[in-house]
Amino acid sequence: MNKSVIVIGGGIAGMEASAYLSAMGFNVTLFEKDEKLGGHLLNWERLFPTKRLGSEVLTFLKKGMDEKINVHTKTNITKINAENGKYFVTNHNDEIFEADALLITTGYDLFDARRKEEYGYGIYDNVITSAELETMFLSGKPIVNKQGKVPKRIGFVHCVGSRDRKVGNVYCSKVCCVTAVKQATEIREHLPDCETYCFYMDLRMYGAKFEELYNEAQEKYGVTFIRGRLSEANETIDGSLLVKVEDTLVGRPLKMTVDLLVLMVGFEPSKGTKDIAKILNLNTNSNGFIEVADEHTLTNVTNLKGVFVAGTTTSPRTITNTINDARAAAAEIACYLNLYTIQSRNN
Amino acid sequence: MADFGYIIQEDRQINYDANDRTLFYFLKRVEPSISLCIGCGTCSATCTAGQFTQFDLHKIMLYVRRGEKVHIANEIKKCMLCGKCSLACPKGINTRNIIFQTRKFLHSNK
Repeated sequence: MNKSVIVIGGGIAGMEASAYLSAMGFNVTLFEKDEKLGGHLLNWERLFPTKRLGSEVLTFLKKGMDEKINVHTKTNITKINAENGKYFVTNHNDEIFEADALLITTGYDLFDARRKEEYGYGIYDNVITSAELETMFLSGKPIVNKQGKVPKRIGFVHCVGSRDRKVGNVYCSKVCCVTAVKQATEIREHLPDCETYCFYMDLRMYGAKFEELYNEAQEKYGVTFIRGRLSEANETIDGSLLVKVEDTLVGRPLKMTVDLLVLMVGFEPSKGTKDIAKILNLNTNSNGFIEVADEHTLTNVTNLKGVFVAGTTTSPRTITNTINDARAAAAEIACYLNLYTIQSRNN
Repeated sequence: MADFGYIIQEDRQINYDANDRTLFYFLKRVEPSISLCIGCGTCSATCTAGQFTQFDLHKIMLYVRRGEKVHIANEIKKCMLCGKCSLACPKGINTRNIIFQTRKFLHSNK
């Protein structure tokens, strides 16, 4: 009989790993808590750095999902037992599924911006998150603020919930810098008369074509970058926001009003990731993500034999890196289940 | 006025909404590469004028960008248009032309 793998979490990593594992001949069962597969990608219109449609990537991922894969959506996991090298996964209907290996791809949740209360998210009408701006883009409706006014000036606040000891997240979320640059240029495409400002600590344009997008944002789209972290945002009488920031390049405080303030929310281990870690007794790292057996060489291996991880379950990462990681996990699992001798390196 | 031993400090904040950025918009039109400045300071580090005077190109340009009033006319006179800054700039900004155009702007707006 073919060996079987259960994949928990039907986002980008879960879909791509399932596709590869099924193509390699394993019996794959994929569990997803939501109604649809695709995870956060479902809520994103265009992707950095090329601004191609997210739906194109989703279509590609779906094409990999052959009919042999058993997909269970709207499913929560309540219990996982291990016995004689096999895993028994119980869902919310008390149905039990058996597998020779588990792949955890439960991913991330976005940072709850209300926890940075000085920015007024959830208090002021016109403070929104980067995800909400993306929803606006996705809806195809005109970009307006809460009062129905077309914004004349929009500010983007980088590192909201990232690189911030006060909220307990010391790590960089990796995607927000370039997302802000992307979204600021998109605003300029939608609303050519709207000024856009990015308030940053430093810009991490590490990926292929990121720096090019940043240059384009400056020269072609006229996005202004102000180095400094906002101390506060205050609502004015007309619903616009007065932001205060130290312009650290000038070396003086600066104040300006914006009609819309977009908070670039970072990544946190998802509720699903935390729940699974608890159910299985998986080690988590200092950032709360699932700990991998070796940061350089065993990035899909956990502290439990036969339990593997991929994607943003272990750390924030881009879509490109998530897809790569999912394929790497599939290869790792294949080596484990087929008892390839290369596996002996892992011990 | 009677001296009560107190003074009123001027507000140090850059009041972005109230500031006049005409010169910056002019420079952006005639020398779009100005937008690429990341404030690395290479231009100032290589500047001969800056070695002997307070002249600091990237700082001046930042003030122009924010619409802050500085004595640009006086400052910019210190530049000898040698163009070393243009050669050094990692972003390929035509800094020499920025100085040149600033002088032109100031001259025609006298």
